[in-house]
Amino acid sequence: MDMLYLLLRQTMYFSIPLLIVALGGMFSERSGVTNIALEGIMVMGGFTGIYFINQMQSQMSGQWLLVLAIFIAMAGGLLLSLPHAYASVNLKADQVISGTALNMFAPAFVIYIARMIQPSGIANVSFKNTFFIHEVPVLCDIPVIGDILFKNTYITTFLGFFILIVSAIVLYKTRFGMRLRACGEHPHAADSVGINVYKMRYIGVMISGVLAGLGGLVLTVPISTEFKGAVNGYGFLALAVLIFGQWKPMRILWASLFFGFMQTISAAYSAIPFLLNLNIPSEFFKMTPYIATLIVLAFSSKSSKAPKAVGQPYDQGAR
Amino acid sequence: MSNRNSMNQFFDRLSRKKGTGSFISSLVAIGIGLIIGLIILLISNPREAFAGFFTMLIGGFNDGTRSFGNVFYIATPIIMTGLAVGFAFKTGLFNIGASGQFIVGAYVAVLIGVKLPQLGGFQWVLGILAAMAIGTIWEAVPGLLKAYLNVHEVIASIMMNYIGMFMVNYLIKQTVLNVYTNRSLAVAPTANIPKMGLTAIFPGSSINGGFLIAILFVILMYIILEKTTFGYELKACGHNRFAAKYAGINENRSIILSMAISGMLAGVGGALHYLSGAGVYIEVVDVLAAQGFTGISVSLLGMSNPIGVFFAGIFIAWLQIGGFYMQRYSFVPEFIQIITAIIIYCSAASLLIRNYLELRQLKKDENLTADSDGDTADIVNVENQGGDK
Repeated sequence: MDMLYLLLRQTMYFSIPLLIVALGGMFSERSGVTNIALEGIMVMGGFTGIYFINQMQSQMSGQWLLVLAIFIAMAGGLLLSLPHAYASVNLKADQVISGTALNMFAPAFVIYIARMIQPSGIANVSFKNTFFIHEVPVLCDIPVIGDILFKNTYITTFLGFFILIVSAIVLYKTRFGMRLRACGEHPHAADSVGINVYKMRYIGVMISGVLAGLGGLVLTVPISTEFKGAVNGYGFLALAVLIFGQWKPMRILWASLFFGFMQTISAAYSAIPFLLNLNIPSEFFKMTPYIATLIVLAFSSKSSKAPKAVGQPYDQGAR
Repeated sequence: MSNRNSMNQFFDRLSRKKGTGSFISSLVAIGIGLIIGLIILLISNPREAFAGFFTMLIGGFNDGTRSFGNVFYIATPIIMTGLAVGFAFKTGLFNIGASGQFIVGAYVAVLIGVKLPQLGGFQWVLGILAAMAIGTIWEAVPGLLKAYLNVHEVIASIMMNYIGMFMVNYLIKQTVLNVYTNRSLAVAPTANIPKMGLTAIFPGSSINGGFLIAILFVILMYIILEKTTFGYELKACGHNRFAAKYAGINENRSIILSMAISGMLAGVGGALHYLSGAGVYIEVVDVLAAQGFTGISVSLLGMSNPIGVFFAGIFIAWLQIGGFYMQRYSFVPEFIQIITAIIIYCSAASLLIRNYLELRQLKKDENLTADSDGDTADIVNVENQGGDK
């Protein structure tokens, strides 16, 4: 039983960043802009957040430092999402190409910066993990849920669920959310009733930048002690989560839990006697999340319900 | 008609051609990328910025024939991956998985290069053919998934990248591992592509016959895309899949074939790089092959046109060699990737530049029409241009 809890807690470490980033992607795509740059934005957010911790950890530690780093990571992500919004909305550029350019830019840029500003001249940014919460008082005594969510955890886990709830409410229950969705489905109709499509798309991309930037930090903190200028395809996995989740918040949650679990198996198989005894080479465990993604997408893409206008630049004059 | 007039007419016609617009916008994108790059250098190290920037610009001239030949050596694999990405782009598909196809192609080529020395001079040929086959299969998977199950090819190709990387790492460990260096073993001398006299032209460099093979593929792809019905069908699918469907073109077939051929090209790239005889070995690390992603830049900069890809590949290789020599100063080679990314971003935004050119042309036409007092040649000129559109 302890083993199962261990696995589920580990799953949270991988699922929460996927959840946050996929929700970010949801806001962008629901507004009609494909955001393939999630990977690059995660790198940027991860770097800014971790570098902030690296610089400040001599003066402060614990949750407040993490909270500040969260805001810095969000700002870093937001900053990198702006060129994507500008290219997709103002310049009506090919959104996939602009996203690819940012994916290329971010890892090179953060490694360049890290090697330039760190006295040691190395690319990796290290940090001390002082954010671990052994158990949350009272709540950890709840059976099952307490063991999974409220022991050996990070505040980022709760932040992830909080963002999920807020996203669902914003998307379905507010005027803003409905307008955003209208821009992704039928921008001309939205425009005809006075909605500023350009503005909505900008906001959609900016939200995705904020959340993907946060995702980069949330991914790095629990599983590592340094940031190496890469997030290993997590931005793309988040896109797969978004597609598998059919662009709907609650489904995205289930999809990210599934992918997180797959990632856990690939990362922690050596701690699970059953899997270790199978004597399967480590490379095959590392492949699992990616193969699982392919299989899952093969079964779920046929009836894909992507926003109708996603990826198409909005031109007021077009018919 | 005066001489100046006919000159004007010539430039008018030139700027009306779609290719010229793309070419000019590519040049503008490169210009902007270089300027921003210089600014980044000035910010990070003002003292050495200009020296470093100059070193990058002169790229292949840094070290005589050695560096000049190495430009072509570096360009060879990225021309292949650039062709691969560009070919899929022509059918409206984004093959972001060139990295995976590149590495599986490299692996089978190296495997044959190590294990089958008895083949003699035929060894490198078989290595390339095997790389073609495995590359084809590797990208046909996302092609099939896209055609029949509507799986987004970008996500599927990315997943195939990681699967390919882990698979190759595993297979190298099983078959051709050099345990001391944690890399693949050296291939037999006969497995290396012959130099074909190129080292005589560029002494000291690693250039080899692979470059000529890449040129061969450039020409082949150009012919397929521009001169055959098959190529026309593929392009029609990329342009408007619904119109192509109405015209009786089998869309699924086009998708699968386009992806498969794209994968084949990237696979060849892997073989050409690791059978180059330049002392490169496949490293057993969890890092995706960079050549696959550089291929995306090459293809975008070359506007997916095989000839364009060829020159873009040489340009990027030129910058990379420049970046290598920039390390003499306190600059890191990642700088080249930053510049490339900015250039690609600008070329994505090149619509703005093209629109501007068109707008200027339109205004010029209006001015000409308004100028009704001008000689008759001008008016005839305008009418002709109207008909051109």
